[in-house]
Amino acid sequence: MEMTPHFPIYLDYGATTPVDPRVVDAMIPWLREHFGNAASRSHAWGWEAEEAVERARGQVADLIGADPREIVWTSGATESTNLALKGAAQFYKGKGKHLVTWKTEHKAVLDTMRELERQGFEVTYLDVQEDGLVNLDAFKAALRSDTVLVSVLFVNNEIGVIQDVAAIGAICRENGTLLHVDAAQATGRVEIDVKNLPVDLMSMTAHKTYGPKGVGALYVRRKPRVRLEAQIHGGGHERGMRSGTLPTHQIVGMGEAFRIIKLEMDEVNAKARELQKRLLDGLKDIEQVFINGSLEHRVPQNLNISFNYVEGESLIMGIKGLAVSSGSACTSASLEPSYVLRALGRSDELAHSSLRMTIGRFTTEEEIDYAISTIRENVARLRELSPLWEMYQDGIDISTIQWAAH
Amino acid sequence: MAYSEKVIDHYENPRNVGSFDKGDESVGTGMVGAPACGDVMKLQIKVNPDTGVIEDARFKTYGCGSAIASSSLVTEWVKGKTLDEAAALKNSEIAQELALPPVKIHCSILAEDAIKAAVSDYKAKHGVAAAANA
Repeated sequence: MEMTPHFPIYLDYGATTPVDPRVVDAMIPWLREHFGNAASRSHAWGWEAEEAVERARGQVADLIGADPREIVWTSGATESTNLALKGAAQFYKGKGKHLVTWKTEHKAVLDTMRELERQGFEVTYLDVQEDGLVNLDAFKAALRSDTVLVSVLFVNNEIGVIQDVAAIGAICRENGTLLHVDAAQATGRVEIDVKNLPVDLMSMTAHKTYGPKGVGALYVRRKPRVRLEAQIHGGGHERGMRSGTLPTHQIVGMGEAFRIIKLEMDEVNAKARELQKRLLDGLKDIEQVFINGSLEHRVPQNLNISFNYVEGESLIMGIKGLAVSSGSACTSASLEPSYVLRALGRSDELAHSSLRMTIGRFTTEEEIDYAISTIRENVARLRELSPLWEMYQDGIDISTIQWAAH
Repeated sequence: MAYSEKVIDHYENPRNVGSFDKGDESVGTGMVGAPACGDVMKLQIKVNPDTGVIEDARFKTYGCGSAIASSSLVTEWVKGKTLDEAAALKNSEIAQELALPPVKIHCSILAEDAIKAAVSDYKAKHGVAAAANA
């Protein structure tokens, strides 16, 4: 057993996971000798590719309790979300043109909703509670007779909170409204069984669950049947819902990754829960530390913490042995504070002071211990540099100061 | 994002960190930025009242590595300068010295604002018209 961690330490499994070596092994033959096109009906290369694609479809369906015929291959969760939202909104627009989602959704949903607004739909963006969870009463009140579609993030990518999809789905059913769930961060972390879960559409991706990037799937319920207008036109693959030659190796990789996580999920989550607790215990006694999002309704892989009076980017620069993110990977190129944390009602400075640490299958106790010590050291060092910390120590409430925005 | 060696050096070994007594007659204090924008800089200068020369400087900064480096660099540069020389410092010189990328230019602008604010504060204390920052 190795005691010294390898550097840098990867604590960004929420951005992407490494591909499981068993998954890589399963994929390689479909890049080498078995190169056929799954749509080729006239020879063995095509037949074996089709068989592999269908086996993988069964493996993905299996993880979520679906029928294989309810799985549509895509290039990832962003494409799945685009197909689900645009496809359903456009198909059912005769029934109504109102859509509902939340302010803490992933950009793939929010930006697609903006596009649908440009296409003439009306979208309601609801607030979440301070703990990041959906307020069911407010949600119920927002539904109208012309609400055709609701979209919710199963597990939030920044703060890891798990929404009560069963309750949200039940409310949707009562109102005759379709529910799309973005499950990119949920597969393999949360038990999902669509036989008992009232969801109509669900977006998934391989690369957050130890599969390859570039492949995902959309679950489309058959009973009662959900119809979509295709967004990519061509050879009519995937029952007309998504044309384009299927990437056999990618699909085989996603199938294998989902097969493995179904078997190992309990063990993986138990270990992550221990590491999450170890990390939290090591950091929670630092002064002016705030956990963002509910701890109780949260995947064990995620911890999002604000270290007040320490700016996030400078902290990340200091803890250079750790690969973590400030906010999410999708927004960390911008200078804006996390919109997810702002939606929780966090102050600007707390939103600017956050660190998202995401644990995975290959994380070790030694890595967590190193993370704790380097974070503690750097928070203390940067606070010595921070005029806001100095003001806090002097008892000055910085929210009472008139700052000149720049 | 890759940081320049000079930014890393100032971030890891910041010069002149600390605070002077704000009430001290020989001290000028500038505090600029806003927590909402992710940067706050406090820059202080200690001035020799006879010569008008800055003898010492201190800073504290809440912000990214480039913001910390910009303010650290300015504390080094202003020492030995007269008030007017210090107030004439340009953000472009800071950005050039630290090889700041375009998205970090605002850090150097903030550092320039901070030294100007500190000089004005000192001048205001001594009844000098704060022309430099008018």
